Amino acid sequence: MAVKLLLEKAHVEGIRTYDVYRREGGYRAVEKALKSMSPEAIVEEVKKSGLRGRGGAGFPTGMKWSFIAKPEGVPRHLVCNADESEPGTFKDRYLMEFIPHLLIEGLIISSFALGSNATYIYIRGEYAWIPDILEQAIAEAKANGWLGKNILGTGFDCEIYVQRGAGAYICGEETALIESLEGKRGNPRIKPPFPAVKGVWDRPTVVNNVETLAAVVPIINLTGEEYAKIGVGRSTGTKLISACGNINKPGVYEIDMTISVEEFIYSDEYCGGIANGKRLKACIPGGSSVPILPANLLFKTAKGETRYMNYESLSDGGFATGSMMGSGGFIVLDEDQCVVKHTYTLARFYRHESCGQCSPCREGTGWMEKILKNIDTGKGKMSDIDLLWDIQRKIEGNTICPLGDAAAWPVAAAIRHFRDEFEWHVLNPEESQVRNFGLAHYADAREVVA
Amino acid sequence: MVIHIDNKEYNIKSGKNLLEACLSVGLDLPYFCWHPAMGSVGACRQCAVKVYKDENDTKGRLVMSCMEGVKDGLYLSIEDKTAKEFREQVIEWLMTNHPHDCPVCDEGGACHLQDMTVMTGHDYRRFKYKKRTYTNQYLGPLIHHEMNRCIQCYRCVRYYRDYAGGDDLNVFAAHNHVYFGREKDGVLQSPFSGNLSEVCPTGVFTDKTLKEHYTRKWDLTMSPSVCNHCSVGCNTIAAERYGELRCILNRYNGDVNGYFLCDRGRFGYEFVNSENRIKRVIIRNRAGEASTEEELMQHLQPLVSMSKIIGIGSPRASLESNFALMQLVGKQNFYQGISEDEAHLNRVCIDVLQSGSVHSASLKEIEQADAVLVVGEDIWNTAPMMALAVRQAVVKTAGAEASQHVQIPVWLDSAIKELAQEDKGFLAVLNVSASPLDELATHAWHATPDDLSRAAFAIAAYLQPGKLQADNFSEELTNQAKAIGEALKQAKNPVIITGVSSYNDNVIKAAFDIAASLNTAGRKTGMACVMTECNSMGLALMDAPAFNHAMDSVRPNGHATAVILENDLYRHLTPNLVDNFLNKCDHIIVLDSLHNSTTEKASVLLPAATFAEGDGTLVNNEGRAQRFFQVIPNADTQVKESWQWLWKMQMLRSQKVNGHVLHPDELLQKMETDMPQFKGITSVSPGHDYTIHGERIPREPHRYSGRTAIQANKNVSEPKPFYDGDSPLSFTMEGFKGVPPSWAVPFFWAPGWNSVQSVAKYQDEPNGSLKGGNPGVRLLQDKKKENADLFFKDVPEQFVITKDKWLLLPKFHVLGSGELSGYTKALEVLSPELFAIISPKSAEALNVKEGDMLQLTDAGIAYGSLPVKVLDNMCDGVVFVNAGSRGTVGMNWGTRINLAKVN
Amino acid sequence: MTKFSDEKLAKVQEIIARYPDGKQKSALLPVLHLAQEEFGWLSSDTMDYVASLLSIEPIEVYEVATFYSMYNLQPVGRYTFEVCQTGPCMIKGSDDIISYIEQKLNIKPGQTTEDGMFTLKTVECLGACGYAPMMQMGKFYKEHLTKEKVDAIIDECRKTAAANN
Repeated sequence: MAVKLLLEKAHVEGIRTYDVYRREGGYRAVEKALKSMSPEAIVEEVKKSGLRGRGGAGFPTGMKWSFIAKPEGVPRHLVCNADESEPGTFKDRYLMEFIPHLLIEGLIISSFALGSNATYIYIRGEYAWIPDILEQAIAEAKANGWLGKNILGTGFDCEIYVQRGAGAYICGEETALIESLEGKRGNPRIKPPFPAVKGVWDRPTVVNNVETLAAVVPIINLTGEEYAKIGVGRSTGTKLISACGNINKPGVYEIDMTISVEEFIYSDEYCGGIANGKRLKACIPGGSSVPILPANLLFKTAKGETRYMNYESLSDGGFATGSMMGSGGFIVLDEDQCVVKHTYTLARFYRHESCGQCSPCREGTGWMEKILKNIDTGKGKMSDIDLLWDIQRKIEGNTICPLGDAAAWPVAAAIRHFRDEFEWHVLNPEESQVRNFGLAHYADAREVVA
Repeated sequence: MVIHIDNKEYNIKSGKNLLEACLSVGLDLPYFCWHPAMGSVGACRQCAVKVYKDENDTKGRLVMSCMEGVKDGLYLSIEDKTAKEFREQVIEWLMTNHPHDCPVCDEGGACHLQDMTVMTGHDYRRFKYKKRTYTNQYLGPLIHHEMNRCIQCYRCVRYYRDYAGGDDLNVFAAHNHVYFGREKDGVLQSPFSGNLSEVCPTGVFTDKTLKEHYTRKWDLTMSPSVCNHCSVGCNTIAAERYGELRCILNRYNGDVNGYFLCDRGRFGYEFVNSENRIKRVIIRNRAGEASTEEELMQHLQPLVSMSKIIGIGSPRASLESNFALMQLVGKQNFYQGISEDEAHLNRVCIDVLQSGSVHSASLKEIEQADAVLVVGEDIWNTAPMMALAVRQAVVKTAGAEASQHVQIPVWLDSAIKELAQEDKGFLAVLNVSASPLDELATHAWHATPDDLSRAAFAIAAYLQPGKLQADNFSEELTNQAKAIGEALKQAKNPVIITGVSSYNDNVIKAAFDIAASLNTAGRKTGMACVMTECNSMGLALMDAPAFNHAMDSVRPNGHATAVILENDLYRHLTPNLVDNFLNKCDHIIVLDSLHNSTTEKASVLLPAATFAEGDGTLVNNEGRAQRFFQVIPNADTQVKESWQWLWKMQMLRSQKVNGHVLHPDELLQKMETDMPQFKGITSVSPGHDYTIHGERIPREPHRYSGRTAIQANKNVSEPKPFYDGDSPLSFTMEGFKGVPPSWAVPFFWAPGWNSVQSVAKYQDEPNGSLKGGNPGVRLLQDKKKENADLFFKDVPEQFVITKDKWLLLPKFHVLGSGELSGYTKALEVLSPELFAIISPKSAEALNVKEGDMLQLTDAGIAYGSLPVKVLDNMCDGVVFVNAGSRGTVGMNWGTRINLAKVN
Repeated sequence: MTKFSDEKLAKVQEIIARYPDGKQKSALLPVLHLAQEEFGWLSSDTMDYVASLLSIEPIEVYEVATFYSMYNLQPVGRYTFEVCQTGPCMIKGSDDIISYIEQKLNIKPGQTTEDGMFTLKTVECLGACGYAPMMQMGKFYKEHLTKEKVDAIIDECRKTAAANN
């Protein structure tokens, strides 16, 4: 049984309520942090833990915290990014829905560390029922003295507010989130200035993912050093993976990043294998924007080494033969799935979610969607595949925010690894409408491994 | 600093971004969202270049040149293959949804998108799907909307909202369906909306008045011109085809209007094409028109030979025409065609600006001010571009301050906007009534002119303790004075703005006291005095008596001839005054371009050229003399510049017939000799015989079409082009092809740059001076006169509101107050009706409500009655009457009149 | 006349109080949600009302409301089925669910049934990929959809509506 730091208590009866959460050891970390640690010491502890941002970018959290500017007399803010919108990702929702106090606890400690007296949880608008859960938890925490004025007699004041978004993937990008929090369109800002210097309302701001902030609780409880011992290399601690697609047991799993991808898919503790006895075709291991990997590159790296569920191993081989940990949205496609169509839905998604600010993303995503739709519906040409490649190549790295990359990568990887499937669609316009390309020459990864 | 662009060294000013750097050294690099006046937001991604770590770095990285600052020793490449491919790709992206409707698009041929498309080399279309379409909006009579052409550069909203402060245009929706427009159909409310047509890089927003008589840019004959709709003197390009004025475009002048014009200036040109134009000589009380010039001269001979000949000058006629009139009638018989009050106010303005104690601020200097005080002048409505400059001062000061703390360059617009948030630079507006400028103001206060001047004197007293008796001021005034005075003291280059439209000299004097008090070591203080007409300053500088004195000079039956120059006296003066004068004169010769109440009284009416048909020089309120050039050839009409007519009359009077052709430069030379205050006037532009390498400067672009056919209805063989003997500009497409001197730029064009963006090729650097310096000569010198310690000490008494007398003041309207611009249909419909405007308290006192009629009388003069309009945010005790609009008459502004409800 | 109840107005004040002084525009998204809950959709009147509550220009509200996909700028039915169609739902059969609803209610995505009862929309990923196919109905998600489940949901809606009328 793997280590569980976040979800260990998630299924304790009544854990959503303060009393049960507290009884199960909740708010110990707040006590420890506020009573025995200075804000600087907490930042140091988080640095030591090696915690990396769990929203997708994987930036070291402690370092991000240490960048926050502290100009005299200017309030600072912590903003919790609960705008979980990357297709395949639903781990934050799970955490907030089942163990909301863990997030609140993490937020209190983090707010103390950063000096935020007003902390905001920006949650995607569609999770419409979750603010009620969070606000209930906040109210309970406040009633019990963990929030409000002069918490635990330390002189530290803190309020947590929940703000709902209204349907815009882009607001998961931190500067777009800040704009949205200010009541504006979710157009990402140009950096610099960085949020740590000038963020929401022009004040120093740190934006962190839900899971990241929740992970601060075990870090304080265990100490950073102990937390860092879990996992491997720079992939410390545990990671929530939301698994979906053609598997037997879709859901959210907490892993300790030492397990292999194969184990994650086939172990009964996790995904429980491919559903309906089908064979594995491909997998997007870190949310829809990261490169799709065909089965033969999923369990073994190009060098023939076992691929593990951690930051380094998943990206081994770069984009040529690897992928990314991303947000931990693990999408599994079985032999019956059409990569072209799947890529088309993702292109449609990114087109729909482009804010419309910069040209490559606004125009490029729309064009890619149209081309992919054409190929998928048997109207494509060979040159369309090259065109797609050309368009995605020029979007990547050339947009204001990472949405351009997020839109380009899935298309690039699909063509890179499944070009023959695209070509088959073009060459067999009628047949491709009635049957799937299937596995073709891709063997089931297990056969390769064997 | 030195940077390397494609392995060549260039010297670049620090603080610029790479795009500005490339453009300033004359290199071509495409861009859309960046605008020299608005900075960078990095949205279009068009200006990508490769930047290298050092000379050994061969890989480099692709960056948006508008988003990176120059660094000493930097290496960049425009020509790099990846960069070029990417730029071509951006155009291809933008083209995926851009309709291929150039042939029916008004922007075609002057389109930045076309230029940039050609520049990147994109020519083959790989996008084979349906294009996105939108529904267009009705945006009023000035701007046409065609959303399908939009490339989403966001310039329009950045200009309209952030730069110009408008709030009825915005961006809606998201992803590849963002929409730029109003919330619903309707007239754009900003009086600066016309600039959208030049800010938009393609044909989404175009000039609707041009559409009425559309011509491609390459088919226009164009001349450098100067706006004549207010005293600011914005530089314009006047454009003609088939003898008709087609449109007005911005002519960049880094010291004056920069990249923009107000809507009165841009759209007010159509009076030139008006049916109300005087196109032929009219001799009244005589059968038939004078069919030949000889006949006319015969008729004029006895008139101009009368012993008493009186010249009435004009604040909207050129210096040349006013001076020619003065030459004709003699200095002692030349009068300004304005009221004694206005002449006095103009005189006070000149006295203070020439005192040497303050600097007469240019628009550019106002834009760069770090604190602004406006006293007693509704500049939003009387000098719109000055209000826009004040807006920039207020907004940019805050941005510049904020940027210092975080080392963000000032051109990084998106970041600066975030940094500044709602912070603003210091602006105090002390006026009779509110204007949109108040929204930007730290202090906005409304009072009668006397009280405004008291408020201003209080500030002066605070700044120079002891010079004024301060115990006279209320606590409110003292506190306000302290707050405003303190803010002004903090500033390094404050500007004080005032003007004549409050009809109160104390307002100007008090404003001067403030400016002079601030103009101490380490602080450069500017002052601006707004006047009423485009050449009010020029006329005032001629230092002639006001109209009232003309009347005194004519004895009953004195057998006098009056020569009235381009002036509807009934607009500047009360009707009884004008009638009295005209009745005393035997003959009335009127020179004007449009029929009006004064031309009605003419015995001889001579068709005068408008700015479009003639040459001349105007002096703006800064004291900057600027030349405008003829753009409509008047070969086959009787229309002539007034100074031409006046010269002919002078020849008649002096009975010299020597056949000498007068050039305007000769008039200016004589003027400079006769009147030292016009020193430098001859260098505004060189003489008519100036050439560059023996070539004249063509008014027509080299792709001008149809020249051989344009007169075919009259003569099938191509006629000789109209010869302009008055200036170095020719009415042809032949001539000097390079960048002409800044005073003689008829149009902006450079190879590959057909749109207005080509202005960059005429500048030292983006947003900087035109090459060789901005045009215009400042006549007011900053040099302090010896022993001059001008300081006004007479503080007026507090204004006392009485029940029976109301202070009469003119109410100007940003679009509606131009005498000439009123003949543009589009502006006419946007102009206000005539009202008597009073405060709610005044309405209460008079027992009237909106819609009631008020009778206005002034010591025997019955002004008639006007409907009441009640205006919040104006002071009590004052009645405003809309001024300047068509149908308004001259009133004794600034006097107290009687108001009575009409039952 | 569009107007919130006193209770809702108090809620608006509570929301505004979450933000620093002068930054009341930050409350725009939550207040629009509140308005949509109250009035069903966001008409110009409603948006103007929201603008007045937050002391901002109406056009600023339109600018924002048109950006976000959750705000209904057109009237919608009593129940809105927002069916996710992005990759993870697609591979679990969301296309079939959409066609089934289309056929059953005789409407296309974006349309409302004639009785004003149901609106069908297709939406992009709602973050319930592990429980696909799914849709949002009002505040809550309906997950693991099958044709039978869709039938049951529609019946339930009709019953509830009938009971409330």
